[in-house]
Amino acid sequence: MSTIEDLPLWAAIATSGLLVLGSGLALTGSIGLLRFSTFYERIHAPTLGSTLGLFSILAASMLYFSVTQTRPVVHEILIGIFVTTTTPVTFMVLVQAALYRDRLEGRDPDAHFGEE
Amino acid sequence: MSGAILTVALMVSEGFLTLAMAAAAFRILRGPRAQDRVLGMDTLYVNSMLLLLVFGIGSGTTLYFEMALIIGLLGFVATVAMAKFLMRGEVIE
Repeated sequence: MSTIEDLPLWAAIATSGLLVLGSGLALTGSIGLLRFSTFYERIHAPTLGSTLGLFSILAASMLYFSVTQTRPVVHEILIGIFVTTTTPVTFMVLVQAALYRDRLEGRDPDAHFGEE
Repeated sequence: MSGAILTVALMVSEGFLTLAMAAAAFRILRGPRAQDRVLGMDTLYVNSMLLLLVFGIGSGTTLYFEMALIIGLLGFVATVAMAKFLMRGEVIE
């Protein structure tokens, strides 16, 4: 185990770029969650952070630990596989529940599309 | 040099992820309906998982990775259970 100062410059730059990219995407998705006006638009926004944002930060983590421990560290792929398979399932179930509730209360799910 | 670059990048990305968690928490508080709150909580889970991974890079231990994995697992179960509750009124039929 070595410290942060022993890291080669290329690895530091690549890790930093991936970290800032991933967290910037997660921030963009969460701001989209605030700014969109209906639920069905809002559910698209956080997937930005849970796909490319997650993969960038996982790649940064894999790169950093592979370089500092001088052997490949790939167990971050576990989180990647797991989140990639569960996020669509989660949101499909959630949208089904939202549609069911809208229909039950007599609201039109398409009512607010196209408005600001 | 490389330590300075990485330290700044870690601080920036921790700040970004904290702001993202604040946005998700604001959506939980604001609503307006129950499904919006569930969506906000799912986003909060994902953002906190990313923040733990960033902490793991900062501290240099793989301990944070396991916490992130557990948050990923529990977040999925929690969101599906709450969506099921919104639809049926009960979780286990």
